[in-house]
Amino acid sequence: MAVLNDEQVMLRDMAREWADNESPVAAFRKLRAAAPAEGFDRDAWGAIGQMGWAGVVIPEEFGGSAFGYLSLGLVVEQLGRNLSASPLSSTAVAASAIVMGSSDKAKTDWLAKLAGGEAIATLAVDEGPNHDRNFTTTKVGNGKLTGTKPFVAEGDSADVFVVAAEDGLYLVARGEGVTVSHRSMADERSHAHVAFQDAPAEKLGGPELTAAVLDRAAAITCAEMLGMAESAFAQTNDYLKQRVQFGQVLSTFQALQHRMAKQFTELQLMRSAVEGALEAIDAGRSDVDQAVSLAKATAGETLRLVSREMVQLHGGVGMTDEYDAGLYLKRATVLEVMWGNSAWHRDRFARLNGY
Amino acid sequence: MATAAAELDHPFRQEARTWLEANFDPSLRGKDNAMSAVDGPTEETPEQKKWREAMGEKGWGVPTWPKELGGGGLDRTQARILQEEMARIGAWNPIGGMGVMMFGPTLLEYGNDAQKQQHIPGIVRGEVRWCQGYSEPGAGSDLASLQTFAEDKGDHYLVNGQKTWTSGGQWADKCFALVRTDKSQKHAGISFLLIDMDAEGVETRPIRLISGQSPFCETFFTNVKVPKENLVGREGQGWEIGTRLLQHERNSLSGGGGSAGRMNAGTTVPEIAKKYRGTDAEGRIADADLRTRIIKHEMDQRAFALTLRRAALEAKGNAGPSAATSIMKNVGARITQDRAELNIEIMGMQGLGWEGEGFTEAELAQTRSWLWGKAVSIYGGSTEIQNNVIAKRILGMLDHQ
Repeated sequence: MAVLNDEQVMLRDMAREWADNESPVAAFRKLRAAAPAEGFDRDAWGAIGQMGWAGVVIPEEFGGSAFGYLSLGLVVEQLGRNLSASPLSSTAVAASAIVMGSSDKAKTDWLAKLAGGEAIATLAVDEGPNHDRNFTTTKVGNGKLTGTKPFVAEGDSADVFVVAAEDGLYLVARGEGVTVSHRSMADERSHAHVAFQDAPAEKLGGPELTAAVLDRAAAITCAEMLGMAESAFAQTNDYLKQRVQFGQVLSTFQALQHRMAKQFTELQLMRSAVEGALEAIDAGRSDVDQAVSLAKATAGETLRLVSREMVQLHGGVGMTDEYDAGLYLKRATVLEVMWGNSAWHRDRFARLNGY
Repeated sequence: MATAAAELDHPFRQEARTWLEANFDPSLRGKDNAMSAVDGPTEETPEQKKWREAMGEKGWGVPTWPKELGGGGLDRTQARILQEEMARIGAWNPIGGMGVMMFGPTLLEYGNDAQKQQHIPGIVRGEVRWCQGYSEPGAGSDLASLQTFAEDKGDHYLVNGQKTWTSGGQWADKCFALVRTDKSQKHAGISFLLIDMDAEGVETRPIRLISGQSPFCETFFTNVKVPKENLVGREGQGWEIGTRLLQHERNSLSGGGGSAGRMNAGTTVPEIAKKYRGTDAEGRIADADLRTRIIKHEMDQRAFALTLRRAALEAKGNAGPSAATSIMKNVGARITQDRAELNIEIMGMQGLGWEGEGFTEAELAQTRSWLWGKAVSIYGGSTEIQNNVIAKRILGMLDHQ
């Protein structure tokens, strides 16, 4: 755990308590059964808005707290531990595009609402099944945006979209020229196919802004992955301590102990890499891109290991819907793909270093 | 960070800078005695000796050790400033070896006043070399099975037995050893004893390794008389003291990723790959599969460096190394070995030379450090033993019933 200030400790503890009491995995199961079109629990989102978590990276003049990305990461990590479904990450990261963007109108129109959880925002970037920052055909002419984004997280409920076009990022409000259709994915969270046809759009910034926002999106995704990995690992460890086979508790078998020790070791590296990226963003360091690629590649590999081991070490029950292992595995794999998988980030890291 | 800015103006910084500039001869830059960190100072030039003596006198080779025993008496912040100021002018620490890394910190914790007065100053000045008498032919990972016996003869112990993997035993002045003082109990029958290597009945035989080097010895004790005052702690307390010492050892070994870097004199694996394998049209390392594995390794190393930094920040103010050092030891070992394996793969036959014509010095050194590197996941508690420590002490997994 990074060295935190008092405000951050308070924020983390509060988020953890809320996630454990109000939004445990059981809450996600309930949501899944109810299957609301928007893909999250309105009451939970209301509470998140009231606690100010959506405004953690929004300046105080627009109703946020400007605590920074490490702080936002602490909250998202706690929600990740319990697979809490909410549009917090996507709203916060889309808001960051408005904060860093050049449009005063967009700031006035949206930031206060986003900070208070009254509106939901998301990023609409990729045009194919894999992250590709160099492939964008979305065009803007005369203030009208046209393009198709087949996988938009929280697209089902978003009031406003931060859309990647050929020449940078644009803001498009839901409504005229925007068609949203739900896509049902393995993690059973909100993903939507969003088509823009001559939708009124406002420019936020050029390709540098796109790059900066995508790095923030990847870093915050890493925080969710970190929480999931910690929790999946802890649940597996607890399970091994109570399951008896051959007259022995499983946790007494050295072969299993060593597998757990290896995962725990990798988790330490994952935490350092993820916190390192968030701290780099807060410090405005010039190597944010490298720090983020290190974090996303490491997080992808480690969560892959831990979530697969969770299923395997739970044995047969790990394959059942009744146990949580499968829920972690499915969400882990979606997040692994989102904003560039490990291979993509290794390649970028290599290019940035001239390898 | 607020503290970093305050440290820039710390009054100690000017004191350190002035003294270092007066005492470190810039011509010594980069001329660190390569083995001093492992065995203590060996084969010094007159200039190196002068630098060691100056640092020894000042106590800054062991900056946080108590001043009354010759140490630097600095707090952690001052010690860090000293390190920064040394790095700034390319100065290196001439005081090292097992006395500094393991034995000294342990004796400061468990030794009595007379023992500290007797042994610490010699370590501080880099004048006395220590070796470790732990492993035996039948007691490696299962260290508590050791059989070397110290028989109580009233005013002295009579020691008989054999130790192995005694690093630098052939050059050491003294040995800190775990010996059995009670055959009826496994762990509680072990004591921590200090033995003069020139005492009658001590014999060393260097062991030749797969790398061709002989940094280790077999050490034989035949009716060696050891005065009673050389017992550290109580009789039977040896396991506790020895375990604490191993934590200090792991802690000092856990920077493996860093020391691996030193072996290549600042050349990174990607740089070596570009030189030996060439680049594609875009200037990237030509072999795509190799490139991917090299980048995985580089990322591993970065994440490890961040973890060491995080551990240091989090450990501020707490006491000494913890069980978490097992994690660092394992990752450091893995990174050291991965790096050597990658370099061999990149260099091909040219990276497998043993001696003589047709190979550069760096290439021959690569062969040796690759082979020597196989030891890092074995010594100081093997990877498997560290995994046991992690599983039991950190994860709370249980012993087999």
